[in-house]
Amino acid sequence: MSETKKFMYINRRPPYGTVYPLEGLEVVLIGAAFEQDVCMAFISDGVFQLKQGQDTIESGMKNFSPTYRALGDYEVTRIYVERESLEERGLTEADLMPLTWEDEDDDWAEKPSIQIVSRTQLSDLLEEQDVVFNF
Amino acid sequence: MLHTVNKSPFESASLKVCLGLAKPGSDILLIEDGIYGALAGTIHTAMLAEATSAISVYALGPDLKARGLPEDRLIPGIKVVGYDGFVELACANDKVQSWL
Repeated sequence: MSETKKFMYINRRPPYGTVYPLEGLEVVLIGAAFEQDVCMAFISDGVFQLKQGQDTIESGMKNFSPTYRALGDYEVTRIYVERESLEERGLTEADLMPLTWEDEDDDWAEKPSIQIVSRTQLSDLLEEQDVVFNF
Repeated sequence: MLHTVNKSPFESASLKVCLGLAKPGSDILLIEDGIYGALAGTIHTAMLAEATSAISVYALGPDLKARGLPEDRLIPGIKVVGYDGFVELACANDKVQSWL
């Protein structure tokens, strides 16, 4: 593939209740091999995917939340979280697990991947994508 | 009657419909994504908070933990139970209505 396209993966569902969040995360990690311009957006109940402190031991499910920390190594460095979705759910940025990436152009400085954006900003970001996937 | 709700109130009307039809004295147990209905400080909090005076509301602890939600984030009056509590509620009520 010669041309780089802008990809956005939209995550709208809470973790564990369906297989969509886990499948979506795997598609993002696989898709990273194709060296496109990739970002993720977490809106609606999708913001719950990034809630820190997930502990699935008692419920016996697979805790896939640590996998989000690998996104930075796969050059997925822009993770947008919609502010309105957080507020509607009584959450703040402090409730989210910290996600970072290392900037090779800045002496491998560790930088935050999560950006809290307004619904208006997200609307603009959506408009500028070439390809959008929904999970 | 025991009512169980397994859908997020942000995605489904299950909890609203359940609250509309549950009689005073009923038990409601929030499970799976239904536990998001137990959260304090959300746009859906008032709906359930009002109901807790006439209805006993429970949330399944293992599902709360899986989703990273500690008890201090819940609406006051909601009781957290484990799988054993789920069984006890099912046995204590003559019927179980699952709002899927």
